[in-house]
Amino acid sequence: MTQTAARSIGIRFDDIEKRFGGLYALRRISLEIAAGQCVVFAGRNGSGKTTLLRIAASLVRPSHGAVSFVETAPGSVDPESVRPGFVAHATMVYDELTAEENLLLFARLQGVVAAEARAVSLLQEVGLLERRDSLVRTFSRGMRQRLAIARALLHEPSVLLLDEPATGLDPPGVTWLAEALRRLRDSGRTILMSLHGESVISSLATRAVLLDAGSVAADTRTGATFRSILTFADV
Amino acid sequence: MLKRAIFGLLVFGLVGASTYASFFIAPDERTMGLIYRIFYFHAACGWVMFTAFFICFFCNIAYALRREPRWDALGVSAAEVGVAFNTVVLITGPIWAHPVWGIWWTWDARLTSTFVLWLLYIAYLVLRTLIEEPDRRALLSSIFGIFAFLDVPLVYGSIRWWRTQHPQPVIMGAPGSGLAPAMLKVFFFSVFAMHALMLLLLSERYRVEKMRGEVDVFRRELEGA
Amino acid sequence: MSLLANATTLLGKELRTEFRSRELLTTTGVFILTVIVLFSFTFDPGAVESRRFGPGLLWLAFLFAASLMLQPCFLREQTNDTLSALRLSVSDPFAILLGKLAANTLFLLLTELLMLPVFGILFNVPVFRVFGQLVLVLFLGSLGVSTAGTALAAISAQARMRELLLPLLLLPMLTPVLIASTQVTIDLLDPSPFMEWKGIGFLAVFDLVFLTALWLFGEYLLEE
Repeated sequence: MTQTAARSIGIRFDDIEKRFGGLYALRRISLEIAAGQCVVFAGRNGSGKTTLLRIAASLVRPSHGAVSFVETAPGSVDPESVRPGFVAHATMVYDELTAEENLLLFARLQGVVAAEARAVSLLQEVGLLERRDSLVRTFSRGMRQRLAIARALLHEPSVLLLDEPATGLDPPGVTWLAEALRRLRDSGRTILMSLHGESVISSLATRAVLLDAGSVAADTRTGATFRSILTFADV
Repeated sequence: MLKRAIFGLLVFGLVGASTYASFFIAPDERTMGLIYRIFYFHAACGWVMFTAFFICFFCNIAYALRREPRWDALGVSAAEVGVAFNTVVLITGPIWAHPVWGIWWTWDARLTSTFVLWLLYIAYLVLRTLIEEPDRRALLSSIFGIFAFLDVPLVYGSIRWWRTQHPQPVIMGAPGSGLAPAMLKVFFFSVFAMHALMLLLLSERYRVEKMRGEVDVFRRELEGA
Repeated sequence: MSLLANATTLLGKELRTEFRSRELLTTTGVFILTVIVLFSFTFDPGAVESRRFGPGLLWLAFLFAASLMLQPCFLREQTNDTLSALRLSVSDPFAILLGKLAANTLFLLLTELLMLPVFGILFNVPVFRVFGQLVLVLFLGSLGVSTAGTALAAISAQARMRELLLPLLLLPMLTPVLIASTQVTIDLLDPSPFMEWKGIGFLAVFDLVFLTALWLFGEYLLEE
């Protein structure tokens, strides 16, 4: 986790629109996120944060526009092959498998080299090594979240997307998460996360964007303050 | 409005003419008397049913690839019209069979296959009622529609090969068995008239579906607000 | 990772999960047994009738069982949104479908093979002398059921009333499989058994058509 990110990748949202039936979840959003930034998306429920992240993860097809990844270090690998790590509100791991089996499964699917070693090392880093043979069903919410992060990091992504990652975590859990994210940020990864309000996690951000009803309402890049965005002061 | 009215009148004229032809122009059949004349109606509806389902298939593929709502609207319209004509085939079969054979139903190849086809497309329509979100509904039902249409030749094939071993009454004779030229002419005219009716129903249903789609958009925006 | 490698990995995961609890296999097996027994009450199971009606009822039992057994296929992936995790991890979404349909085929086949001797005993039909050929028709039939069933399970998982919807969608679509498989089975259980190759060929064609359709359009079923 603490190794320097292999590549330096920025994200560009180009005129992104997403309609569900007649309802607009996102209205023509254009954003440029520089490599290595740690961006917090704030906003009410239904403001489009989750949809935007899921579009960035290629889980959802935009109705219009496109997401692209921008390689800043020249002469590197093709930006088309960028696969962000994604941590959602749901754990995205199998309850009926053990922690280790889960990581092995996803590592093998992604073609991670030396999958067994990688799984063990990640379990160690997130502090779940002693529970590697326990079924995830027996895990607490905090432990599941740690496993979810391990899963997201299996393929050493240079981009991380986290959708309300602190939900359901107790204070020690939140502290652990903040520390993990700090190390990931400091290693040069580009991080996008959606959050509900101010917390020790939001203080890691280098930029904040406020979404309201599918549009960008405020951006620290254009002068808004972190405080106003994170507490929805202007909305 | 005027165009629709004129088209409507034209179609009704055609259907009327074809009905007249079935009763008064087509020659008498040797054994069956008046009831055989329902054949012109029954068989023509059979052909129209296939045309409608084929249109549905085409629209399903178009929607899956293009995601434009009009393909979904046309697809469901074609499916409903197809089911309507399918129902007519299933009803006119027994209407013919009862006076001629004394039984209401025979599991002959064509009628059985038509019944399965009816079940398939009823399932398509039921599926649509069980998905709320319009884009999901359109996509999932179009995939089902594609599978259903690909199933059709397999249904007909398997029934024809393995469900017609035992001698049993065949509704309106084996296909293409000895239709006199005069009968053929009336038959093809009937097919033409029924297709015209299909087009009329299709276009009207499509109009309603498009309007319903627009109303749905407004309703969802209001509910969301 | 290649399509086949991913599909195999996913097949492995499905097998591991199932053999840990065995709940799907046992429940399906008991269900088929119950249906067979109930069917036997509806006619007089003498030698001739058993040979004539038995195979059809057996295949009908398999189809009913499949339409229930296939339900959890995608519902399981909804609990923790593991479907998204799979979609993120594989390069070709068809691998997800392929892995699942391979698993479903295997589960169905396994249950059917277990039920076959029971069927043979209860209805006094000679299943063992044509066991190999029966396995062939069971495999091709189950492959067809699984291919269509996996696709339709993906659809019904996203709709309401899914427990009732899946059988409603699946059973009419599987009519050709029922007809052809029943015929082949009847011929194999005849006093002088013979192999209806036309039926085998037909089942193979059915499987091919639906596999191709799933390959062409299946990824749309997994979209959000």
